[in-house]
Amino acid sequence: MNLTSSLIASGQESEAVEASVNYAMQASGAFTWMWLLIAFPLFGAAFLLLAGRRTDKWGHWLGVAMSLASFATAVVMFFAMIASPDADRSQTLHLWDWIAVGRFEVPIALHLDQLSMTFVLLITGVGSLIHIYAVGYMAEDPARRRFFAYLNLFVAAMLLLVLADSYLVLYFGWEGVGLASYLLISFFQYKPSAAVAGKKAFVVNRVGDIGMSIAIMLMFVTFGSVTFEGVLGNVGMASETANTWIGLMLLLAACGKSAQFPLQSWLLDAMEGPTPVSALIHAATMVTAGVYLIVRSGPIFEAAPTAATAVIVIGAITLMFGAIIGCAKDDIKKVLAGSTMSQIGYMMLAAGLGPIGYVFAIFHLVAHGCFKANMFLGAGSIMHGMNDQVDMRRFGALRFVMVGTFITFSAGWLAIMGIPPFAGFFSKDKIIEAAFMHGWIPGLVAAIGAGITAFYMTRLWTMTFTGKARWTEDNQHPHESPKIMLIPIAILAFLSVSIGFILAYGDAIINWLTPVTGYAEQETVLNHYIIEYGTLAMVIAGAVIAYLQYRRDVPITPPQHVSALTTAARRDLYGDAFNEAVFMRPGQWLTRSLVFLDSRVVDGAVNGVAALAGGLSGRLRRLQTGYVRSYGLWMLIGAVVLLGFLILVRV
Amino acid sequence: MNELIASVFETPVINYRQLSPILIILGAAVISVLVEAFVPRANRRVVQLVLVFLALITAIIWAVTGAGQQAITGEGAIAVDGPGTFLQITILIVSVFVAMLMAENRLDPAGDAFTARANSLPGSEDEREYTNRGWTTTELWPLFLFSVGGMLLFVVANDLLILFVALEVMSLPLYLMAAIARRRRLLSQEAAMKYFLLGAFGSAFFLYGSAMAYGFAGSIRLGDIANAISALPGPNGLIIAAVALLSVGMFFKIAAVPFHMWAPDVYVGAPSPVTAFMASCVKIAGVGVLLRVMYVAFSGLAWDWRPLFWIVSIVTMLVATILALTQTDIKRMLAYSSISHAGFLLIAVIALNPQGIASTLIYLVVYATATVGAFGIVTLVRGPSGEATHLSQWAGLGKRSPLVAGGFAILLLSFAGIPLTAGFIGKFTVFGAGIAGGATPVVIVGAVASMIAAFFYVRVIVLMFFTDPAEDGPTVVTPSPFTGIAISVSVILTVIFGIFPQPLIELAEKASIFIR
Repeated sequence: MNLTSSLIASGQESEAVEASVNYAMQASGAFTWMWLLIAFPLFGAAFLLLAGRRTDKWGHWLGVAMSLASFATAVVMFFAMIASPDADRSQTLHLWDWIAVGRFEVPIALHLDQLSMTFVLLITGVGSLIHIYAVGYMAEDPARRRFFAYLNLFVAAMLLLVLADSYLVLYFGWEGVGLASYLLISFFQYKPSAAVAGKKAFVVNRVGDIGMSIAIMLMFVTFGSVTFEGVLGNVGMASETANTWIGLMLLLAACGKSAQFPLQSWLLDAMEGPTPVSALIHAATMVTAGVYLIVRSGPIFEAAPTAATAVIVIGAITLMFGAIIGCAKDDIKKVLAGSTMSQIGYMMLAAGLGPIGYVFAIFHLVAHGCFKANMFLGAGSIMHGMNDQVDMRRFGALRFVMVGTFITFSAGWLAIMGIPPFAGFFSKDKIIEAAFMHGWIPGLVAAIGAGITAFYMTRLWTMTFTGKARWTEDNQHPHESPKIMLIPIAILAFLSVSIGFILAYGDAIINWLTPVTGYAEQETVLNHYIIEYGTLAMVIAGAVIAYLQYRRDVPITPPQHVSALTTAARRDLYGDAFNEAVFMRPGQWLTRSLVFLDSRVVDGAVNGVAALAGGLSGRLRRLQTGYVRSYGLWMLIGAVVLLGFLILVRV
Repeated sequence: MNELIASVFETPVINYRQLSPILIILGAAVISVLVEAFVPRANRRVVQLVLVFLALITAIIWAVTGAGQQAITGEGAIAVDGPGTFLQITILIVSVFVAMLMAENRLDPAGDAFTARANSLPGSEDEREYTNRGWTTTELWPLFLFSVGGMLLFVVANDLLILFVALEVMSLPLYLMAAIARRRRLLSQEAAMKYFLLGAFGSAFFLYGSAMAYGFAGSIRLGDIANAISALPGPNGLIIAAVALLSVGMFFKIAAVPFHMWAPDVYVGAPSPVTAFMASCVKIAGVGVLLRVMYVAFSGLAWDWRPLFWIVSIVTMLVATILALTQTDIKRMLAYSSISHAGFLLIAVIALNPQGIASTLIYLVVYATATVGAFGIVTLVRGPSGEATHLSQWAGLGKRSPLVAGGFAILLLSFAGIPLTAGFIGKFTVFGAGIAGGATPVVIVGAVASMIAAFFYVRVIVLMFFTDPAEDGPTVVTPSPFTGIAISVSVILTVIFGIFPQPLIELAEKASIFIR
C-alpha cells in the first residue's frame, strides 16, 4: 500500500486490461443529440459575428448562454452514459457522407465515448466558467461582443476536435482551434506585440499541422481509411515502419499544438492575449489537444515502440524545459505559461508510456485544467486590480488587499505542487510512479521536475502575495475584483482542492477510462514508498528554498549578474535562437541560394516558365483577332485536323 | 379497304407524360408570341413574366414527378432516360434563375438590360425617343422560352435529325437575344452577328456529319448507328468522317478549343443575363448531347475518337487557362474560364463509363450554379456607362461591399475547385471518373491546368480584398429581389454542395444510364 492508496480505500489490484472501444456502434437515445454540443457554441459564434454592432449590449450574455447550454447538454450525456452499461458507452453519430466515391469514403460523424466525454465536460465546464469570468474581465473593452464570438468559435472547434470520429474531422477541429487561438492571441490588435505573437503562434502551428496532414495522408495510403475505426482497428495489418512514421508525424502535430519541444516557443508569446484566453485556450483545453491525439491514437504508438519512445523523450525534455523557464521569468503569466508547458510535458510523458500511463495522462490533464485555469484567472484578477501590471517584482503583500484571489490562488498553488490531498498530488504522483515503471531516467526526470515545479510556483506565490508591498497606492491602486470574476475562480479553486480525490476515489477515473484506453500495471524499478516520500520531500524542499529566498526583499529591476542558467532561462532557454538557427537561417540561406541559382543557373528554365505562360498567353491572344473570317478559318483548320487525325489513327 | 389502310397506317406511340416538360415550355412560347401580338405594351412585361415563371415551374413539377419513368417515344426519335431527365430538370431550374436575372429592371436607371427597340439605330434620335417612353424588348421572353424548349428537346433527342432541329430551335433565339443589349449596342450586335455566322458554320458541320452517318448506317437513330458499328468488319471512311464532323458541331456548341473563338467575343458583347444563359444552359445542353452521342452511338469506335478527345481536352484546358491569365476584362476572364470548364468536362466524356456520366451531371450542376451567380454579380458592379467590367475597376470591391465581393470570392473558389466548395466536388468526381476510365495523363494535365487557373481566380480575390479602391470607382447597385435571390441561391448552393455533396452525387449516380 503506497501513500495514495492508503488515503483512499482502493479496490482490488487491477490487472492489464485491453482497450475495447467500439467505433461502430450507432448512437441511440439521448446520444443522437450529441451534435447539439457543437451546434450551440457554433450558432453563438455565427450569430455574434453576423449580427454586428446591434448586439453589442447583450451579445456577451448570448455567448455565455450558448456555452452553458452546451455544458448542460454535456451533463445530460454524462448521466446517460453513466446509466448505460460499459459496452454501450461508446456511441457514434453518423451525420452525413461528405464524399463517397469508389474506395474513397469520408463520412462526417461524431464519436462520444468515455475519453471524449471527459474532454467535453472539461471544455464546456471550464469554458463556461471562463465565459462568465470574461464578462467581468472584458467589461471595459469596446470589442467584447467579438471576443465572445471568438470564444464560442473556439469552444465549438475544440468540441469538434474531441468528438471527431475520423482524423479528417479531427483535422477540421484542429485547424478551427488554431484559427480561434490566432484570433484571440492577437485580439488586442492595437498592440504590435500581440499581432506579432498571433502570427508566431500561427506560423509555428503550421509546422505542426504539416505533420498532421502528412499523418492523414499516410493513414489513407496505409489503411485506405482515415476513420478511427478503419485506422486504429487495423494497426496490426500495417508494417512497423508505417506505424512509426504515422506515429512520429502525429507527434509532430501534437508538439505544435501542445507547445512541446522543439515547437514550444509560441506559447510564452501567446500570453499577449487576454487572460481568459490564456486560461481557457493556452492552459486548460487547446494545448492539451496534443495529449488527446496521442492517447486517442494509442494503438499506433503501441505498435511502434520507436515512436512511443520519442513521445517519452519529448515529454521529458519539455517537462524540464518549461520548469526551468518558469524559474527565471518575472512576468506572472509567463511563469504560468512555462508551467503549463512543463505540466503538458508530464502528460506527454505519461501518454508515451502506453497503457500504464494513458489514464494518468488524462487524469492529470483534467486536474491541471482545473488548477491552472484557477491560477490564470487569479493572475487575471490581479492584473485587473493592478492596471494590467504583470511584473511580479512590482507585486508583494497582495494577500491583504486581494483576499479572495489570495485564497483561491493558494488552492491552485498547493494543487500544482502536489501537496496531499490537493488535486495535483493524486494525478502527478501517479505519473511519476508510472514513469518509474518504465525505467530510471523518465522516473528521475519526473520526480526532479516535481521539485522544480514546487520551487517556481512557490517563488511566484511568495513574490506576489507575501513580503513587502513593492507597489504604491497611487500608481497601482490594487483592489479586489468583482464577484462575477471571483465566483468562477472560487468554483475552480474548489475543484483544484477536490477533483483529485473525487476522481481517484475507488479508482474512479481508471475504471471510467479503461475501456477506451486500456490499463496495465508493472513493477516499478524503485520501491513505492521511496518514490512517494522522496517526491514529496523534494517538493517540500523546493518550496522551502523558494520561500526563504524570495520572502526577503526583491529588487524591482531584475539583477544583471546572474548565472548562465538564469540568463538562458530568461531567454526561454534560447528557444527563439534555436528556431532562428535551425529553421529561419537555413530557410533564408536556402531561399537566398535558390534565388542565386535561379538568377544565375536556371534563369532560362525557371523564370522562363513564368515568362512562357505570360508570353504564350500574349501570343495566343493575337489569334483572337475579332474578325469572323479568321475565326471561321480556325474552325475549318480544326475540323480538317480532327478529320485527318481520325483517319491517321485508323491507318 | 378500310382494314387495309388501317394496317398500313399505325398511329405513332407518343408518351405525352414523358414529353410534357418540352410541350409545356414550347406551348408557353407560342402563347408568349400571342401575348406580344395582343397584350397592350404597358402590360406586356408583367404578363410575360407571369407566363414564363408559371411555365418554368409547371415544367419543373411535371419533370420531377415524372422522373424515373424511362421511355423511348416518338417512334424512337426521343429517349427520355436518366441523364436526359436529370439534364432537363437542371436546365429548367437554372433557367428560372437566369430568367430572374433577365427580369431585373432596377440596376440600370433606364430599365432592364435590354434595348428599348431592337430596330432603332444605336445612338440615334429614335433610340432616345423609345428609351424615354420606357419601352423594353419584351420579345425577349418568347425567344427565351423557345430556346429553353429547344434545349429540353436537345438533351433527349435520340436521332440525328431531331438533334439538328433541336439544336437550331435552341440556337436561333440565342443569336437574337445576344443582339439586344441596352448599353454598348454596336458591340452587342457585332457579337450576335459573329455568333450567328459561326453558329451556322458549326451547324453545317453537324448536318454534314449526320448525312455521313446516315450514309453509313442507313439510319439516323443513335441505336441503329451503334448496331451498324458493331457489325462493322473493318475500317470505314464514312463513319470516321461522321464522327469527326459531328464532334466539330458539338465542340462548337460547348466552346472547346479550337472551336471556342466565338465565345469570348459573344460573352462580352451579349447582355450579361443572356451571357449567363449561354454559359450555363447552352453548356449543359451541349455537353449532355455530346455525352449521349459518343456513349450511345459511337462507343464502338472509342479506340478511334478517344485519342482525339484526349487532345481536344488537353488543348482546351491549357489554352483556355493560359489565355485567361492575361485577361483584363472580368466577363472575358469568365468566358475563358467557361471554355476551360469544357475541357474538364471532356475528361468525363473520355472516361466512357457510368462514373463518367454521373460526374458530368454533377460537374454541370455545380458549374451552372456558380456561373449564374457570377454573371449576376457582374451586372451589379456598375459605372456611369453601364457595367464596369474592367478588372482594375473591381479593385477594393471587398472594402466597399464585402457581401457582394465575398459571394463572388466563393464562386471564384468554386470555379478553381477549392475544397468545401461545389467546384471541388465536380473536379474530384470528374478526375475520379477519368482515372477509372484510363485517362490518367489527361487528369494530370487537368490538375496542372487547375493550378494555373487558381492563379487568375485568386488574383481577382486579391484585387477585391487587398487593394485600395479607386477614387472614382464603380458602385455596387442594390438589385431588386429577382437578381438578389438568384445570386444568393447560387452562392448558398455552391457552399452547400461543397459541404453536403452526397445527395447530389447519389442522384447523379442513379440517373447515369442511357437508354437507346
